[in-house]
Amino acid sequence: MSPESNMFVMIALTIISAATPLVYAAIGELVVEKSGVLNLGVEGMMLAGAVSGFAVAHVSGSAMLGVLAGVFAGMLLALIFAFLTLGLRASQVATGLALTIFGIGLSALMGQALIGIAYEGIPSLNIPYLSDIPVLGPLLFQHDLLVYGSFALVIAVSYFLKYTRAGLIVRAIGDSPEAAHALGYPVLRVRYLATLFGGACAGLSGCYLSMAYAPMWVESMSAGRGWIALALVVFATWQPGRLLFGAYLFGGITILQLHAQAIGINVPSQLMSMLPYVATIIVLVLISRDRGRIRKNAPASIGQAFHPTK
Amino acid sequence: MFGLCTKFGKLTLCDNYLKAMSGNQSNTSAAPLVAMRGITKAYPGCLANDSIDLFVDAGTIHALLGENGAGKSTLVKILYGLLQADAGSIEWRGESVTIASPAQARQLGIALVFQHFSLFEALSVLENIALGMAVDANNELKQKIIEVSNRYGLPLDPDRQVYTLSVGERQRIEIVRCLLQDPKLLIMDEPTSVLTPQEVNDLFVTLRRLSEEGVAILYISHKLHEIKALCSEATILRGGKRVATAIPEQESTHSLASLMMGDELVAPERETHTPQDKVLLSLSNASRAAAEQHEVPLENINLNVRAGEIVGIAGVAGNGQDELMQVISGEQALGHAQALVLDGEPAGTMSPGARRAKGLCCVPEERLGHASVPSMSLTENAFLTAHHRTNMRTIGLISKRKSKRFAEQVIEQFNVQCNGTATAAASLSGGNLQKFIVGREIEQKPSVFVVSQPTWGVDAGAAAAIHKSLQDMARQGAAVLVISQDLDELMLISDRIAALCAGRLSDVHQTEDVTVQQLGELMGGASISAEVSA
Repeated sequence: MSPESNMFVMIALTIISAATPLVYAAIGELVVEKSGVLNLGVEGMMLAGAVSGFAVAHVSGSAMLGVLAGVFAGMLLALIFAFLTLGLRASQVATGLALTIFGIGLSALMGQALIGIAYEGIPSLNIPYLSDIPVLGPLLFQHDLLVYGSFALVIAVSYFLKYTRAGLIVRAIGDSPEAAHALGYPVLRVRYLATLFGGACAGLSGCYLSMAYAPMWVESMSAGRGWIALALVVFATWQPGRLLFGAYLFGGITILQLHAQAIGINVPSQLMSMLPYVATIIVLVLISRDRGRIRKNAPASIGQAFHPTK
Repeated sequence: MFGLCTKFGKLTLCDNYLKAMSGNQSNTSAAPLVAMRGITKAYPGCLANDSIDLFVDAGTIHALLGENGAGKSTLVKILYGLLQADAGSIEWRGESVTIASPAQARQLGIALVFQHFSLFEALSVLENIALGMAVDANNELKQKIIEVSNRYGLPLDPDRQVYTLSVGERQRIEIVRCLLQDPKLLIMDEPTSVLTPQEVNDLFVTLRRLSEEGVAILYISHKLHEIKALCSEATILRGGKRVATAIPEQESTHSLASLMMGDELVAPERETHTPQDKVLLSLSNASRAAAEQHEVPLENINLNVRAGEIVGIAGVAGNGQDELMQVISGEQALGHAQALVLDGEPAGTMSPGARRAKGLCCVPEERLGHASVPSMSLTENAFLTAHHRTNMRTIGLISKRKSKRFAEQVIEQFNVQCNGTATAAASLSGGNLQKFIVGREIEQKPSVFVVSQPTWGVDAGAAAAIHKSLQDMARQGAAVLVISQDLDELMLISDRIAALCAGRLSDVHQTEDVTVQQLGELMGGASISAEVSA
């Protein structure tokens, strides 16, 4: 393999691994928001997932059990959020922010004993012949299952929202919970389930960070990815396909700045680190010019508590 | 809510009389399709339904008559499974049933066309209908929608997003959805308020055909002549009680109205005003391109409204009413100042505030969110439009005292039932909020008053009060422009009348020279032969 194609493969691989946690966290939040719930606690749920996954994988030696534990931890935090905001009708914004702070603290506490421990990471796929093809092999056939899972999940969510009746009900509830209630749809139950799904995805995203991307446990290792995931959902105007594109764009920009520094391009690193956020702002401005698209895709009831008795 | 309930209190005096009347109801016929007995539902501090009986036979069109707050909605919600009664029983085809959810109601064969449409704005017509029927949004359903909408003359494009549709088109979705469910009992909540006379006739043909096919129809309305024309039986509610059952054909509209409203009607008589020569509001060649995809472009609107007259503008929803209102109120500036002349002064490019200061007050159609801020108090809502024309400030700051006094004045003058000026606008019933926002503008003593759908969803008593205050304004020399889809209303109050169709305004005619049928043709874009032009 030539050095150029080596370089290309390396960059592509790092982009994929930077984008995958964003895809998971954002696709989960997309479903949550489509049901009309705004959970700002993605960062907290990711960290809970990361530390739980890492700990269980380390103790049991099973990556599978680790991932399950991470998913479970994310769902547990989401359940707390759902109980407070849907059950007790607390403010979604305040509760979500509190959940993030709680998740950061809790994961730091739980992870104290895990710092500095090495973990070999989730095993990558190794398909005879296919994985050995130059360039394409490492690009397409040498990832761990979570990478393939992220694509499958986006496709599944896209199909679910667009073509299934359950997905239509989720969108309807996000658009007008009152009207959905009037037609007899269980608004709170659907919102609970959507929130739990979002928690599971955030937990999975955290697992990817601590078990595949790093793989190790560091305090606050999600480093703002939960917030980027939240921005991604708006960036994508609540469309799964655009979300995938956005995640790779963000992942790409994040990685490119690292590579640019490694190559020695002389731009202050702070400026380069700003790029993903500058890109978000520009895209958000462009998107908001198309009111029809926003109207069509944005869940109208997002962030509002729903009182079924009214 | 509290205010309404205290009003009910007075009515209990005539309980015995009412019970005697309702005792005349014969239960002798073979099991009715649906029988509701002794339905009682209490809210904190308010008895919404007090031991109501309702019997609807298969194949009949049964009217449920009553003012806002009479308990119609509550009763219908109980029948549709949205609410559970505190006491009472429901029998369906002679068998006792508990209707726990709308899904169960639909399973029995009960379909409901909501008064306030339960539609999902971001979804397509097809998806909305699929949700309402709990089926998949597939091509088969799409074909059925097209078929039913064609058969009953309710044109609908299944793929349009609902937010692009007018109020009238949205109602069609609800009606088509119900018809698709092949119902045994079809509940229609004030279905004709957004239709032209021709469309009303078409709808009645449809409803009669359905009833001949054996479908029972529960028709909720306060339009008495419609009920007389359409319904074979009527149950009349007042203050949460059933006050009478009647056969509409054998009653006069007056006797039905007095049963419904209790005391004698105060509906205003038609009165004609002698306009002065002075033109206060004049639109000349006012045009506006559509800014968004489904807006209606306005084309060369020419209209003069003189001091002391009421001009009515008829039209089916979505023909440019909103756009015309925006252009007049100043929410959308016109291209050049001369296109709108306000009391002799070019005002086409003025801001809404400047126009208000010049004496032009407007009430847009949408009560909540456009004419008022739902979460703000009545005092704050009063300030928002009235501060241009009344003194509500002290050294440049909002004077809470002055704006509160103004709001109190509106509440008193227009008999708004509410819990004081600190109440949020959203917590008022539709009719009361409408009285408040209309009153808020009238109290500012505008020289030009423009109002859209002044009595949409408002009960007969409140509508009469609003009509009367519009007439008072004209008599006192204001120029009044009423944009409405309610032809009865326009025929009653306007001196001259025109129709808006696809963004074009017809010629303006003297109201007494135009029949309802002719007006219907104007609304469809035709013009009336020269003999009646004014």
